[in-house]
Amino acid sequence: MTHVLLRHRDIPNINTIDVYKKNGGFEAFKNAVIKMKPEEVTNVVKNSGLRGRGGAGFPTGMKWQFMDNKNWPHYVVANADESEPGTFKDREIMEQNPFQFLEGVALASYAVGANAAYVYLRGEFWQVAKFLDEKIAEMEEAGFLGDKLFGTDYSLRIYTHLGAGAYICGEETALLESIEGKRGQPRVRPPFPPSFGLYGKPTVVNNVETLTNVPLILSKGADWYKSIGTADSAGVKIFSLSGRVKKPGNYELPFGKTFRDLIYGEGGGIIDDRPIKAIMPAGASSSLIVADDKALDTILDYASVRTLGADLGSASVIVIDDTVSIEWVISKTIHFFKHESCGKCTPCREGNHWMLSVVNRIEHHHNPEDVELLLNVAKQMQGKCLCALGEFATMAVVTGIERFPQDFKA
Amino acid sequence: MSLAEKYPKEIRQILAKYPPEHKRSAVMPLLHLAQLQEGHVDRHAMQEIAALLEITETEIASIIGFYTLYHDKPEGKLRIQVCTDLPCALRGADKFLADLCGKLGIQPGETTPDGLVTVEAVMCLAACDKAPMFQTQGTNGIEYHEHMTVEKTMELIDGFKKNDGEVK
Ligand SMILES: Cc1cc2nc3c(=O)[nH]c(=O)nc-3n(C[C@H](O)[C@H](O)[C@H](O)COP(=O)(O)O)c2cc1C
Ligand code: SF4
Ligand code: FES
Repeated sequence: MTHVLLRHRDIPNINTIDVYKKNGGFEAFKNAVIKMKPEEVTNVVKNSGLRGRGGAGFPTGMKWQFMDNKNWPHYVVANADESEPGTFKDREIMEQNPFQFLEGVALASYAVGANAAYVYLRGEFWQVAKFLDEKIAEMEEAGFLGDKLFGTDYSLRIYTHLGAGAYICGEETALLESIEGKRGQPRVRPPFPPSFGLYGKPTVVNNVETLTNVPLILSKGADWYKSIGTADSAGVKIFSLSGRVKKPGNYELPFGKTFRDLIYGEGGGIIDDRPIKAIMPAGASSSLIVADDKALDTILDYASVRTLGADLGSASVIVIDDTVSIEWVISKTIHFFKHESCGKCTPCREGNHWMLSVVNRIEHHHNPEDVELLLNVAKQMQGKCLCALGEFATMAVVTGIERFPQDFKA
Repeated sequence: MSLAEKYPKEIRQILAKYPPEHKRSAVMPLLHLAQLQEGHVDRHAMQEIAALLEITETEIASIIGFYTLYHDKPEGKLRIQVCTDLPCALRGADKFLADLCGKLGIQPGETTPDGLVTVEAVMCLAACDKAPMFQTQGTNGIEYHEHMTVEKTMELIDGFKKNDGEVK
């Protein structure tokens, strides 16, 4: 199958505007603005079954329908914060297939009546932001962005906004605070961004990969997209494969392949052909899955991965082999979350602090009481934190200790 | 030289991105701009940005403190920020960092005695399939360096020294 998102792998130079146009680029946007009502665009996306690729898997069309039409202006924000350890797909899209992503931003904006859209990139993507600025300028010059597009009354501008190094800014309300020029700390939700978003106005926040699906959904139709993937999860997904595999990288697959297909097929198997031990399907915030045959034969879609006691999330699959101790893995994840906790709420701020000091002790000496204490602290945090980061911080800890007890024996 | 004197065009472009009544949004891009000059945001730049956006210096300081890419103190002219997060560490990043620091005779977080290079361990940079990797932060912004070895890194540092503080 040819790619839907990583189309640069089939079409050389698709990151130049001429090649993009020659391959049908911007026709979906032009057609929508000239011939379709905004709600018709939303309906196509809704009927396609597209779900958000940023982690939560929320139905995209439904999110767009939630926009409060009594409060204006509306905004669209593309989430290009991409900071989950193990995730590196949005960067490849933006560098290699930028116009398809930007056309997706434009279509989302038209669908919800936004005249301004922001692309929020993590600060480390300095070069990517410069590159996107050039691409946006080319689109303006070619008449795909600006005032009165295609002779209609619809106007749209897209702007980039660079973060400055903070994982929490990937959380959508922290991200909005950050664009507003504040520290990136999550807001209490509800209200959700479609009713109270950027500058207090209705805002759609979507992941880069989510938006990059939209142009082809509009041009090929909802039924086409739905025919790919599984009943639970329509379409294709980019899996960022990392860790102890021979060929790490991004792989675009229809939902419905198995972990085995991904790790042993695309990824070429484990380094030195060692036995596989554990899988983290959603980056550092993932639960640890015991990589037995049942797990390896499990289908990659949102519902099936849940049967293994884990979430597919952003599908950043970190592979762990038998050379690695799970106690070391969780010390890495705890280190990460301790560093990234924004400090706004006590369970997360203090919990991560304690988890780090206990795991540092465990690294020197596997005292069963300390292992018990660590598990306790993690469970105490669950359900008490203001945003999902606090929850994420506990996932590998709890599942690591419970599912790999041998790695914590004295 | 003030930011307004050095970057009049850039400042105008930055402010144009946001609704005029929300010009505070420009604080992050302006801090990035300020940092280009010296590798950190100095007191003068903070005062100037505060006045321009009509917010207090304290607020600016709290923003600098919150985000890891802003620095309020000068360190090495070139910061080498090695990712040692889980996926990279599964592919040898910790050893790479240790070997690089050994070669430079410093510990992670320290600056070489000539004041030129600071080496730091950082969290995931979205390049996990290309470990060992790091980003450099210096007077020409941020750049990624992927599939690195200690030898290649030492060449980069030598080039940086020869080019008067530019990564080439
Ligand atoms: C701590 C935290 C970090 C997140 N990081 C990202 C991120 O880097 N990129 C992203 O698209 N979504 C991230 N999300 C999810 C966003 O909050 C939001 O759900 C998403 O951008 C919605 O887009 P989607 O519906 O297209 O998936 C994060 C959430 C949390 C709680
Ligand atoms: S859970 Fe953690 S990251 Fe989220 S708001 Fe609370 S302190 Fe901040
Ligand atoms: S873990 Fe190093 S770039 Fe992701």
